[in-house]
Amino acid sequence: MTTTHDVYAPSFMTGDEFHIPTFRLLQQDGTLFEGAEAPELDEDKALKIYRAMLITRVLDERMMAAQRQGRLSFYMQCTGEEAAVIGATAALDDADMIMAQYREQGALVYRGFSYDEFMNQLFGNELDYGKGRQMPIHYGSRKLHYMTISSPLATQIPQATGYAYGQKLAGEGHCTITFFGEGAASEGDFHAALNMASVHKVPVIFFCRNNGYAISTPSSEQFAADGIAPRAFGYRMHVIRVDGNDVLAVYRATQEARKLAVEMNQPVLIEAMTYRLAAHSSSDDPSGYRSRKEEEAWREKDPILRMQRWLIERGWWSEEREKELQDSLRREVLETMKRAEKRPPPPLESLVTDVYADVTPALQRQLDALKTHIRKHPDAYPKGARSLDPDVKAPGGEHKAGDEQGGA
Amino acid sequence: MPRMNMLQAINNALDIAMAEDDKVLCFGEDVGVFGGVFRATSHLQEKYGRDRCFNTPLVEQGIIGFANGLAAQGSVPVAEIQFADYIFPAFDQIVNETAKFRYRSGDLFNVGGLTIRTPYGGGISGGHYHSQSPEAYFAHTPGLKVVVPRNPYQAKGLLLSAIRDPDPVLFFEPKRLYRAAVGEVPEEDYQLPIGEAEVTKEGSDVTVLGWGAQMEVIERAVELAEKEGVSCEVIDLRSILPWDEDTVVESVLKTGRLVITHEAPRTGGFAGEIAATIQERCFLYLESPIERVTGLDTPFPLTLEKEYLPDHLKIFEAIKASVAF
Ligand SMILES: Cc1ncc(C[n+]2csc(CCOP(=O)(O)OP(=O)(O)O)c2C)c(N)n1
Repeated sequence: MTTTHDVYAPSFMTGDEFHIPTFRLLQQDGTLFEGAEAPELDEDKALKIYRAMLITRVLDERMMAAQRQGRLSFYMQCTGEEAAVIGATAALDDADMIMAQYREQGALVYRGFSYDEFMNQLFGNELDYGKGRQMPIHYGSRKLHYMTISSPLATQIPQATGYAYGQKLAGEGHCTITFFGEGAASEGDFHAALNMASVHKVPVIFFCRNNGYAISTPSSEQFAADGIAPRAFGYRMHVIRVDGNDVLAVYRATQEARKLAVEMNQPVLIEAMTYRLAAHSSSDDPSGYRSRKEEEAWREKDPILRMQRWLIERGWWSEEREKELQDSLRREVLETMKRAEKRPPPPLESLVTDVYADVTPALQRQLDALKTHIRKHPDAYPKGARSLDPDVKAPGGEHKAGDEQGGA
Repeated sequence: MPRMNMLQAINNALDIAMAEDDKVLCFGEDVGVFGGVFRATSHLQEKYGRDRCFNTPLVEQGIIGFANGLAAQGSVPVAEIQFADYIFPAFDQIVNETAKFRYRSGDLFNVGGLTIRTPYGGGISGGHYHSQSPEAYFAHTPGLKVVVPRNPYQAKGLLLSAIRDPDPVLFFEPKRLYRAAVGEVPEEDYQLPIGEAEVTKEGSDVTVLGWGAQMEVIERAVELAEKEGVSCEVIDLRSILPWDEDTVVESVLKTGRLVITHEAPRTGGFAGEIAATIQERCFLYLESPIERVTGLDTPFPLTLEKEYLPDHLKIFEAIKASVAF
């Protein structure tokens, strides 16, 4: 129990007296800050992290271009935040659970989600694990311990607390990490999640990507305090703020957080200070709410460049290897995309499966009525008609990009 | 008369309401400088200042709770929920608070000034969480008014009525039509009545009923049906709570048949409520079972959206079935 200090005159506190420092190790030129020590990281693992960052960047560039060409209906980039997401993922055990918001494809790349797996989801084809039900980027992988993304913001945060509590009871020695933006941290779900985690001593890591914007809303209009980190105090929770563009610092901080979570059942809040370099999504145009100058200033803090310089300095990487990798990546991504685009959509039945464990009689009746209707007008429903009768040819392209606007 | 799309008409209505009454405030996620992700609130911050048009933190529960408090104080909040799919975090504030403020306080307090605007509906490749039509959840809550416009003219007139209505109003905007629906809209201030349906076309064989984005779909179905010699009467409900029973009853007494359509899933959808009322009041006049053309009883899909949606062909088939019964 803490002792209470009584005062006998009104004495208000605002929290301004606390300033949470930012943990950083690596400078932009690839050298360490004086007195800073790199985390233990062998060449293999360092390169695995770096490659994942690069793959994520290339994937994002290619897919954004595909969206612009009208081949894909929607896309969201991780650009600028690769170090935060991938550095954190690398510090975990591969079987720890990840509950992400939507911009964390880097975690999946690190864990080995294949290009095919990405593309199948993006194109919502018959091989998409989510059966073409959700918009692009709503990935999920049971094998890789990556919970399928849900669009309503922050809903995954209290779920992470619950999942991790189950892990604790099961005695697995695993934890859950949940990623979210500083915008989503305004939702009631965030507060509920932290409170329950601290009361019930849950092995969960709350990882906030404070990237400056929630769509057009700058963080100055999102909260009045010193970021998200001080909120941990209200719940008596461990907290650290880290330079989110410094992959070594993120890695080290998450390693320590994992120890607190798994070994001591202490929930931890990590606030990674970073910047959403890209638009919010393919439907967004950031020039309407922020300056080019501001973006340029952050471009100079590019997390990938920073790590690359560190790797080159150590003799683990070179510009030639980089170019080789980038070229082969671009090729592979393109080839996989072409394959995924050509695949047929999920069958009509997928409209009514998975609503319940078994298709109910009412749903079966609705599906039968729909089939009868489509047989009457096969040309009007190319996708559904094809799965009823594979010989029916779809007129026009396979995937029409929608005119979806706004956020995910 | 100027031509406007639905977003321009909504923006124009907000502009008029804010100019006329400085108690009117617009707020929500991204509505400030950016003017909302669909740009319905463009330039309002520039014109009326940050005190009256502003971004809120990202918390729907907070937005509506805050709006309830503001309205109770006598302000006239117009709160935007970015997508109707994201209204559910605010569900408690809306159904337990907004709807019951006046009733539970014996009219000591009320939040009649509140209007909640939100884009709803599918047909935009939005998948699961950008396509839902949740109006029926709110139609089950006494104390709310629920309004759905079908075109720019209606959007302006009904929104101005909603803002000035003495009761809290949920205003569902068909986002598929935001830019697609263009029409003549008077520049001046005008209001359209809440709670009154509009007969958009007279006919004698069958009544076809819908609201919002479905009206455009109905129009196409009716064209097909009329080519086959079926005379359709078309009604736009406009307001689903309260809804205009008398206009629908009058029409069904004449035609003897009713086809109702909405995008939301069938079970518990508002068509069920209408069908029950009409069979109570028109039982002996009905010449065929009331037909419902709706979404399936499933969440909203992405890839197979076209198959899922109640489109003009499905409505056309329902009209034929109704007439041929
Ligand atoms: C409950 C809910 N409200 C609104 C939205 C619409 N929306 C999608 S993303 C977004 C901004 C999120 O910002 P942030 O959490 O900071 O993450 P970032 O996009 O910056 O990574 C909004 C408002 C949503 N998906 N869910």
